[in-house]
Amino acid sequence: MSVLEIKNISKAFGELGVLKDISLNVEKGEVVAIIGPSGSGKSTLLRCATLLERADGGEIEYADGGKMFWEEDGKLKYASKKELKAIRACFGLVFQNFNLFPHMTVLKNIIEAPVSTGMMKKPQAKEKAMELLRKMGLEDKADAYPGQLSGGQQQRVSIARALILNPSVLFFDEPTSALDPELTGEILKVIKELALEHMTMVIVTHEMGFARDVADKIIFMDGGVIVEQGKAEDVINNPQNERTKAFLGKFLD
Amino acid sequence: MYYSLMTLKLELQDIPSIVKQLAEGYVDALTIFFLTLLISLPLGLIVAFGRMSKHKIISLPVKFYISIMRGTPLMLQLIGVYFGPALIIQFLGRVFENPSLEYFAMPSNYRFTAVIIAFGINYAAYFAEIYRGGIEAVPKGQYEAGEILGFSKLQIFFKIVFPQMVKNILPAATNEIITLVKDTSLAFAISYVEMFTIAKMLVNSTSSLIPLIIAGAFYYVTNLVVAFVMGKVEKRMNYFN
Repeated sequence: MSVLEIKNISKAFGELGVLKDISLNVEKGEVVAIIGPSGSGKSTLLRCATLLERADGGEIEYADGGKMFWEEDGKLKYASKKELKAIRACFGLVFQNFNLFPHMTVLKNIIEAPVSTGMMKKPQAKEKAMELLRKMGLEDKADAYPGQLSGGQQQRVSIARALILNPSVLFFDEPTSALDPELTGEILKVIKELALEHMTMVIVTHEMGFARDVADKIIFMDGGVIVEQGKAEDVINNPQNERTKAFLGKFLD
Repeated sequence: MYYSLMTLKLELQDIPSIVKQLAEGYVDALTIFFLTLLISLPLGLIVAFGRMSKHKIISLPVKFYISIMRGTPLMLQLIGVYFGPALIIQFLGRVFENPSLEYFAMPSNYRFTAVIIAFGINYAAYFAEIYRGGIEAVPKGQYEAGEILGFSKLQIFFKIVFPQMVKNILPAATNEIITLVKDTSLAFAISYVEMFTIAKMLVNSTSSLIPLIIAGAFYYVTNLVVAFVMGKVEKRMNYFN
C-alpha cells in the first residue's frame, strides 16, 4: 500500500463544510504539494491527517503504523492509545509558526519528546539530534534558545525536531509563510535536500515555483474539494480546470 | 489612640526595646506570610483548573467562590472564618435542640488556624486568576506541537505550559506577594498578635507614633527583599527571550 492513504475525509465546522469527501494517496519517496486559496481546506486536511483535528468521516491509514481512524456503523472509530502513539511516530509536522518551546534550548527542543515519551534513550537522542543539527547547519546553536535565533534558523530547528523519530511522512503547513523572503530560500533549500534523500513529504505552500520544481505531484484544493491533481509541471504549466487556471493566473504572469 | 495625645517623640534608649518587641511580632507576621503562600500557591492552581473547566458544574461554583473572595474585604472574611463555625454550630444546636452544640465554642488556639484558613483561601482565589491569565497567554501552537511530538496531556502541561506560565505571571505574582506582606497586619482584626498589634500597643503605651513608623520600616524592608528576589527570578527567566 501507499505510505499514506486518505479516504473520503469530510470535516465541517458547524454549518461550514471544510473538507468534502477528500481522498488521496502518498507514495514512498513522493513529494506532494497542496496548493489553493485560503479556506480551501488544505491546512485542515493536514491537521486531520495528524490528529490535531478530528475528522467527521472517512479513513486514514499509515503503512508503517496502521489505521488511525475509520468508519464503523456510521461512526468514527479510532485506534487504541498505544497504537496511536506508534502511528504518531510515523509522521512529523512542521508548523507555519515553528512552535518551538521558548524555554528550552535547541537541543532540548529536539530530544525532550522522544526521551520523555520513552521512544528513545537520551544518549542516542542526543547523537541523532546533533546529526540533524549538523545537516541543518546549526550544530553550534545546540545550546542556544529559540529567541536567539532568526526565523529561518528556528524553522530549521523545527524541521530537525520533526525528523528525530525518523517519520515515514513529513508534513509542512506553509513552512515559509511566516518568513521574510530572504529566509524563505534557506528553508526551501532544506526541503529540496530532503526530497533528494527521498523523504516522503506533503507540503501545503503558496510558493508555486518551488512546488513546480520540487514536488512530484501537485494537488489543487478549493472549497473543500480536490479540483485538480497531477504531475507538478503539468498542473502549474498546463492547468486543465478553469478554477485552477484562475488561481494560478494570480501568481504567475 | 487619642489624637491629641500623639507625638513623634521617643527616648532614644527606648528604641532598642521597641524594635525587639516589634521583631517578635515580625516573626509571627512572617509565619502567616509563609504559611499562606504554602497553602494558596498550590490551592490556587487547583482553583484555576476548576475555573477553566469545561463542566459548568465545576466552573460555576468556582467562579462564584473567586468572586466572593475578591469582592469582599479580607478582614470581613477573617472575622467570618473566626466566628462563623461556632455560630453556625450553635444555631444548629438550637434548631435540633442539642445542648452540647448550643454552647459549642472553638478551641482557644483557633485564632491562628482561622487566620491561616482565611488568608489561604483568599489568596488562592487571587493566585487562581493570575495562573489562569498566565496559562491562557501560552499560544495554542505550543499545545499542538506537544501533541504532534507525542507528549501526554500531563507532560504538555508540566513540561511545556507550566514553565511558560510561570514566566508570564511573575509581575502579577510579585504584586500579590507584596500585598500579602502588608495584609498580615489584618490578623489584628481578630486579636491575633502579630507585629501591627504590638505596634499599636506600643503607640498607646508611649503616646508616640514612632513604633508605627518602625513597624512601617519592617514592612518596607521586607518588601524590598521580595521585590529584589522576584526581580532576580524575572531576569533569570528572560534568558530565553
